Amino acid sequence: MTTTSESRVPKLRVEDLEVTFDVGRGRKLHAVDGVSFHVDEGETLGLVGESGSGKSTTGMAVLRLAEPTSGRVYLGDTEVTGLRSRQLRPLRKRMQIVFQDPYSSLDPSMTIGQQLDEPLKVHTSLSKAERRARVDEALDTVKLSRRYTSRYPNEFSGGQRQRIAIARAMILDPELVVCDEPVSALDVSTQSQIVNLLLGIQEQSRTSFLFIAHDLAVVRLVSARTAVMYLGQLVETGPSARVYDAPAHPYTAALNSAIPIPDPDRQRTRDRIVLGGDQPSPLTPPSGCRFRTRCPFAMEVCAEEAPPQYPIDGGGYAACHLHTHGPQLRGASVLPLIHGDHLTTPLVSR
Amino acid sequence: MTTASKQAPLLQVEDLTVQFPTPDGLITVVDRVSFTLDANRVLCIVGESGSGKSVTALSLVGLVQSRGGRISAGSVRFAGEELVGRAEKSLNTVRGRDIGFIFQEPMSSLNPAFTVGDQIAEVVRRHRKASRRHAWARAVEMLDRVGIASAAQRAKDYPHHFSGGMRQRVMIALALACDPKLLIADEPTTALDVTIQARTLELLKTLQREQDMGVLFITHDLGVVADIADDVVVMYASQVVEQAPVRELFRRPQHPYTAGLLAAMPQSALENNTPLVGIPGVVPQPHRLPSGCRFHPRCAHAQPGRCTTDPIQLRLLDRGLVRCVRAEELRDPSAAQAEPAPIEGVTAQ
Amino acid sequence: MTSRPELQAEVLQPTGTLPDEVEAPANASTFLRRFRRNKVGVIALGVLVFLILVAVFAPWISPHEPNQGELSRALEGPSGEYWFGTDDLGRDVLSRLIHASRVSLLAAALATGVALLIGLPLGLISGYFGGWIDNVIMRFNDALMSFPALILAVVIVGLLGPSLTNAMLAIGIVYAPRIMRVVRGSALSVREEVYVLSAKATGCGAPRIIGRHVLPNILSPLVVQTTIMLGLAILSEAGLSFLGLGVQPPTASWGSILGRAFPYMSRTPTTVIVAGVTISVAVLAFNLLGDAFRDSLGRERRDQ
Repeated sequence: MTTTSESRVPKLRVEDLEVTFDVGRGRKLHAVDGVSFHVDEGETLGLVGESGSGKSTTGMAVLRLAEPTSGRVYLGDTEVTGLRSRQLRPLRKRMQIVFQDPYSSLDPSMTIGQQLDEPLKVHTSLSKAERRARVDEALDTVKLSRRYTSRYPNEFSGGQRQRIAIARAMILDPELVVCDEPVSALDVSTQSQIVNLLLGIQEQSRTSFLFIAHDLAVVRLVSARTAVMYLGQLVETGPSARVYDAPAHPYTAALNSAIPIPDPDRQRTRDRIVLGGDQPSPLTPPSGCRFRTRCPFAMEVCAEEAPPQYPIDGGGYAACHLHTHGPQLRGASVLPLIHGDHLTTPLVSR
Repeated sequence: MTTASKQAPLLQVEDLTVQFPTPDGLITVVDRVSFTLDANRVLCIVGESGSGKSVTALSLVGLVQSRGGRISAGSVRFAGEELVGRAEKSLNTVRGRDIGFIFQEPMSSLNPAFTVGDQIAEVVRRHRKASRRHAWARAVEMLDRVGIASAAQRAKDYPHHFSGGMRQRVMIALALACDPKLLIADEPTTALDVTIQARTLELLKTLQREQDMGVLFITHDLGVVADIADDVVVMYASQVVEQAPVRELFRRPQHPYTAGLLAAMPQSALENNTPLVGIPGVVPQPHRLPSGCRFHPRCAHAQPGRCTTDPIQLRLLDRGLVRCVRAEELRDPSAAQAEPAPIEGVTAQ
Repeated sequence: MTSRPELQAEVLQPTGTLPDEVEAPANASTFLRRFRRNKVGVIALGVLVFLILVAVFAPWISPHEPNQGELSRALEGPSGEYWFGTDDLGRDVLSRLIHASRVSLLAAALATGVALLIGLPLGLISGYFGGWIDNVIMRFNDALMSFPALILAVVIVGLLGPSLTNAMLAIGIVYAPRIMRVVRGSALSVREEVYVLSAKATGCGAPRIIGRHVLPNILSPLVVQTTIMLGLAILSEAGLSFLGLGVQPPTASWGSILGRAFPYMSRTPTTVIVAGVTISVAVLAFNLLGDAFRDSLGRERRDQ
């Protein structure tokens, strides 16, 4: 895992990305609303959020599989936004995606060999034998037997299919791979295999990853930096260890405390934020801070103005008024608020 | 598990075996599963997909028959009364009244054509013979208890007006409307976001305490088990491989599969600051089960002969049950390290 | 975590090729297994194979010359020499039926081929691209489908002049919208599949996506529809030939034999019955085979 350095041009740069869907009757759904981030070469950025946070749409928009309404996306020096679809196609060689559901992301009518061969056929002028060698290599990388090339996807388990999908994404040695919840649909034991596989690939390649997941623990394991999304906006970014261990945004803290610890004694006695209310509709997001309707620490100012990104000790930013108003955390973690008695709101259990 | 207690346990399952006909012949999806659940306890059945955990739960009250399944052996006693072999009609009076159900998909479990209030009231009327007014009042009360704001108003809404998390709470209200003694929850939080899951689990725990229910909770997530369970049954390839009180199970898993599941959780790796350890291979298909211990092709501790030929029996060990011949030896780390026996020929085909 | 199981650390890290099991191949063999258990389907297939063999070996198995008769022996009933009797020109009905199966089956195949040639590409384009292309194609389709099929065919043949080829062309045009509908509907749903998105993400162009990803995945419904259409085409050909708009004498098709024998039904009912039954059996067999295909192809099962 590489550390961020100012001098280098990031592999992926996303500036003020907005994706709006027309949902009829003149109403617009702001799935992604002003999101900016970057991913360095060889770095993995984890993008975490729950359903409706816009994390998947962000990933799709980066690859232009969903159309950004505004904002800019750069892959290296190339601006991805604004390209015509004909100009976009050669660029696809440099950026790839792994989807969540390995049962639907592989074409049931094509053999594994054909699916792995397809990117090579489309983008390279390699001979049949050369392509064949690349396919075998790709299968080796994901630890699948080379004998599988003539088999069809329905002969494989979920984990094996996900390996195949990863092999297909990696076969052109892309600069960027978006992993859209690649382990969410898998069983625990399979999930760990895939996570380890991705970790191995990260080490061996210079590819940058945008790793999208709803599970903060998985993201912590896989990515050097983490960005947390809520209702279409980034609420916190920073080094994964810092975001995980010392969250500076109440939502991150809530997300973290919602992941059960596999230890009954500790799980049942830990301090937790249990969020009340439901996520507001993205059609009518709350004024000011979008999280305020569920936030145990919401203040008056939260309804009035959108919180600015505040620099956090240990790296990254959080968009929360707590750093400038109320307890004035000034870049510190929100965890002491939960552990301590500062808080009287009934929404916090124990 | 002793059967000779004075009072009949709330739910006693013995040697339950469920089979499904498939193009490849009859397959056994649940293989001689036994467990006991007392009132006011939470029993979790945990396993990966294909372990047979959900079918176990559904078959208890005759819900696998409609999907082609068949209980071919075993007994299910609910408060002392045998349920296996009972007619559909008499099971119907038990379902919904004495035994409540929550399923994984809250949307498909609710009828989109009726308001949620009507659906809850309907169940109350059927089982309690309550008047329309009383049934409606009960529906509103239940919606309020599961934390639906302005319940009297929301009762008149249709399921599609609710978010996923709220729908699951509506399902809980529906399942608990008749004060069941037993709640069977089949992966009730799997389709929910983590923050919503945390809240739903809190709600279930509260209601369980208030209503003195027994809860049979099916899940694939050991984290959820740690949060909610009193006792745990671990299933693998249609069989129970380990059963223990929750603290024992997490502190000292006796079966390598349980240990492997724990080690495969990202939370474990983070807590212990160790690399994530996966279980190699995949869950075997019910029609192609390995001989001997069904876990042996994936087990690092499997020994040729001892683990690979004869079926392994579930046996009592400490405060739990385990289906592993090497359980005692494996507790001693030096013994475990002594013989990392790789097994030949596990790569099928 | 507290003193944690020594056990878990011992679980092997996956190294090299995993002991993953691969399930038995399921594509073609599953279909065959399912189809074989479908008795009706197997019988229907048997009937059709029989009819095709009859058509192929017509010159060798027919007892008489189909187009030569003795007028003196016109309109005879069944006998040892003429099993199904003779027609109004004294020709052997059985021999004519046997030869007619060539014409009828070939005509059905031709008509279905025309329908596929028109319906398949239009349906694919319409379903995959959607938008205004889809709108134009589908409105045209609706217009075509709003005419009664046989009347439309009669009009087309009227314009082109009566001949078997024209009749088949007409039937093909008339039934093309049915193929188009099935193809478009299937393509619409396949278009939403993640593997199509994945192909786009890979950088595949539209022709490749349609040819390599959409088409192979709509084959099941297409095969079913095509089989049923073959039956329909036989029926339509029979209808047109009955009216004299199809095959021209002396060549015979099942429909023209039926049409020719119709005025003499009171004298030689056998001819009408035999020709009618042949047509019905062939049409029924195609329909039942289509149903059997539908049941056996099914959608690929996911793991439980």
